[in-house]
Amino acid sequence: MITLDINGQKVQTDAEPDTPLLWVLRDHLGMTGSKFGCGKALCGACTVHIDGNATRSCVLPVSAVASSKITTIEAVGQSKVGKAVQDAWIAEDVPQCGYCQSGQIMSATALLVTNNKPTDADIDAAMSGNVCRCATYVRIRAAIKRAAGSLTT
Amino acid sequence: MSAIEQDARIHATRRDVLKGGAVLTVAMWLPAGGAQANAADATKAGTFVPNAFVRIDQDSTVTVLSKHVEMGQGAYTGLATIVAEELDADWNQIRVEGAPADAKLYNNLAFGPFQGTGGSTAIANSYDQLKKAGATARAMLVTAAANRWNVPASEITIAAGVVQHKSGKSARFGELVADAAKLPVPAEVKPKDPSAYNRIGKSAPRVDSRAKSTGKAIFTQDFKLPGMLTAVVAHAPRFGGKVKNFDASKAKEIKGVKAVVAFETPARAGVAVVATDFWAAKKGRDALSVEWDESNAFKQSSDEMLKEYRELSKQPGDIAKQEGDVEKAFASAARTFEATYEFPYLAHAAMEPMNCVVQLGQGSCEVWNGEQFQTADQMNIAKLLGIAPKDVKINQLYAGGSFGRRANPLSDYLVETVAIAKAMGTPDPVKLVWTREDDMQAGYYRPMYVHWLKAGVDAQGKIVAWQHRIVGQSITRGTFFDTKSKIDFTSVEGAQNLPYHIPNLQVELHTTEPKVPVLWWRSVGSTHTAFSTECFLDDIARETKQDPYALRRSLLEKHPRHLAVLDLVAEKSGWKKQRAADEIYGLALHESFNSVVGQVAKLKKTPNGPKLVSVVCAVDCGIAVNPNIVAMQMESGIGYGLSAALMGAVTLKEGRVEQGNFDDYPVLRINEMPAVETHIVPSRNKPTGVGEPGTPVIAPALANALAQIDGKPTRSLPLSAQGVKLA
Repeated sequence: MITLDINGQKVQTDAEPDTPLLWVLRDHLGMTGSKFGCGKALCGACTVHIDGNATRSCVLPVSAVASSKITTIEAVGQSKVGKAVQDAWIAEDVPQCGYCQSGQIMSATALLVTNNKPTDADIDAAMSGNVCRCATYVRIRAAIKRAAGSLTT
Repeated sequence: MSAIEQDARIHATRRDVLKGGAVLTVAMWLPAGGAQANAADATKAGTFVPNAFVRIDQDSTVTVLSKHVEMGQGAYTGLATIVAEELDADWNQIRVEGAPADAKLYNNLAFGPFQGTGGSTAIANSYDQLKKAGATARAMLVTAAANRWNVPASEITIAAGVVQHKSGKSARFGELVADAAKLPVPAEVKPKDPSAYNRIGKSAPRVDSRAKSTGKAIFTQDFKLPGMLTAVVAHAPRFGGKVKNFDASKAKEIKGVKAVVAFETPARAGVAVVATDFWAAKKGRDALSVEWDESNAFKQSSDEMLKEYRELSKQPGDIAKQEGDVEKAFASAARTFEATYEFPYLAHAAMEPMNCVVQLGQGSCEVWNGEQFQTADQMNIAKLLGIAPKDVKINQLYAGGSFGRRANPLSDYLVETVAIAKAMGTPDPVKLVWTREDDMQAGYYRPMYVHWLKAGVDAQGKIVAWQHRIVGQSITRGTFFDTKSKIDFTSVEGAQNLPYHIPNLQVELHTTEPKVPVLWWRSVGSTHTAFSTECFLDDIARETKQDPYALRRSLLEKHPRHLAVLDLVAEKSGWKKQRAADEIYGLALHESFNSVVGQVAKLKKTPNGPKLVSVVCAVDCGIAVNPNIVAMQMESGIGYGLSAALMGAVTLKEGRVEQGNFDDYPVLRINEMPAVETHIVPSRNKPTGVGEPGTPVIAPALANALAQIDGKPTRSLPLSAQGVKLA
């Protein structure tokens, strides 16, 4: 049994220690907001926060995060920044197919927590690990700026 | 006749091809609702189900049943907008539900007796149908209110979901549903004239934004049934390979692995490891040892195929279009030009790798999927199981992208899931999960093509002859979309219906038949024909020292829609204004799916090479039901097309696909996305496609800009393979 701290709750899992966190969340704990896209940390659809840092959960063995604070898309809206990002995503109508957007929102939230006035270059650097095949990038950029604005005013 | 109708008649379209392959004529009709439409809901007391598309509950919720999949293109929002307009409903009372598979109720009117989404037809084929569906519901609510209040129906109005009479009486829909449900469905209703619209043409927010921004939207990947097992597969590494032997002993040692079964479908063969969860199944799959029978497998390399295609492009092909006499015109031309263009195989690479959930019953089968091709999928699954198509129940879920991949005439990944469940021989529900590599290497690519073009101009630089020869695989041949014609329209669309007036025009086709599975890929034939035609035209403009915009204008006098789009994109991009020395603009114009799109790619020279700063896009898609979604689809099409143009290529080495994931099949990222500005030509004509038409235009617009830097035209995609990299 491994005990995890997910979204402020202690949860136990009997998943094998080499199971990536993504599949523990999805298959063992029924939290399907974090998505499987590539399995190699190349697309960012599985992004969660580990101790506040945007991290690809598809290559992260669950045994490595037993002592970490894990936040997922299911609870990111409980934080001020996460809520601002989600509200901005909805206001800008960012999602199309929507499959990558949980990961996009987790990366954007982590960016805004450390940098509340990101430039285009900052956004590129923080978000280029998150692929969107619908190419919603124009609106992702706008939503991040909208969220930043709502947090600084 | 409207311009759209004229265009639709002049040019055969993919819709017509699909119609041609089908049997029944397309008629405007409205299926009945009630028990037929949705038995479970109709039995709920007091629910009003005037037809198969609208359901109104006592809490005033209006549920619109979408016969089309929501795969990102905004169909749920657009279709609901049409119903909400006719009902004068409040947007907040609208919700959308995916309709079940039933071609009698939910066929695509552009496809015939076939339920499916594709060809950018969702709004176009549903427009009149849903106007009538909404107007019918509205008329019945009005009658119910008139009867209750004892006033003439003509004195009743509806605004923002409230039914009102000047006497001050008012009711929400929910208060009237019990009465409305008892009324006969009127045979005739009068949907609104576009001049009365107050919702269509405005940008209501998407109905799915919140669920998709909070991780709550359920995709097939997220769907779970009690006792469900997960299957991960080893596919034959070469197309046409079969399973000779396999050793499952190591796989079965993995904790959680329940079964290992071989399967063979019309699409491919493989071995599936079925386990309690994905990770166990994947470890089991990786531990398999499979011996493949490759006696009939495809073993060619794409490089060799390309050489054969180049040779074929020098030989006359089957005639797809012939006007005037090109040979005679070339002989008397002042100058002639020739160019060869090459296009690789492309993977769709939707964000959600293909997957499917299946539960077999006694003589029945239930499927959960982001479902694009209901009627084909029911047929193919029924065939495998030896049951009737109607006994294949398909439940619609959100699709994590498709771009054509889920519209497979062989239903490849669905049938694979059913074959695995069948081989298991247990009633356990099975979810097939492909890894990214499985998805990318499973085929069904945009075909590889070689184009050869030749043009002749007179002494004034006027184009007098145009010959266009296309070499590549047919997408429809051998499928039920096969029209048995030598010319697969999907191979030549965009070339055969070139809008430019050139007196001598010939389009030819060589259809090749390598055993590489191919499929429609967002904008289909236009993915390559827009590039070769628009780049070749710019070549001629450059060589004859004509402005690309002026040259196009001079050839479009018979195409007012094209002209309007061209003029709009030129105006909005400031085409005629003085540009700074480091600014370079490239222009392209193309019609697909009955919509016309023009784009100007704006490059800026930087020390690190040219940077694609922005794209100005103009579109005529008839009436824009939701202009914001039209803009979204233009942005999306530009990003998707740009990704392919810059870096998309699937290659084969001795029959094996060389790419597997986003490291060796790179896709566009945020730092590579230009700003996009979309302008919609005002129109009251019926809506035409928007999901695809933005896609094919960006590659030629970009290439036409790049060619101005060093005068070297792009003749082969992707640009990365030519050593071209943008800053």
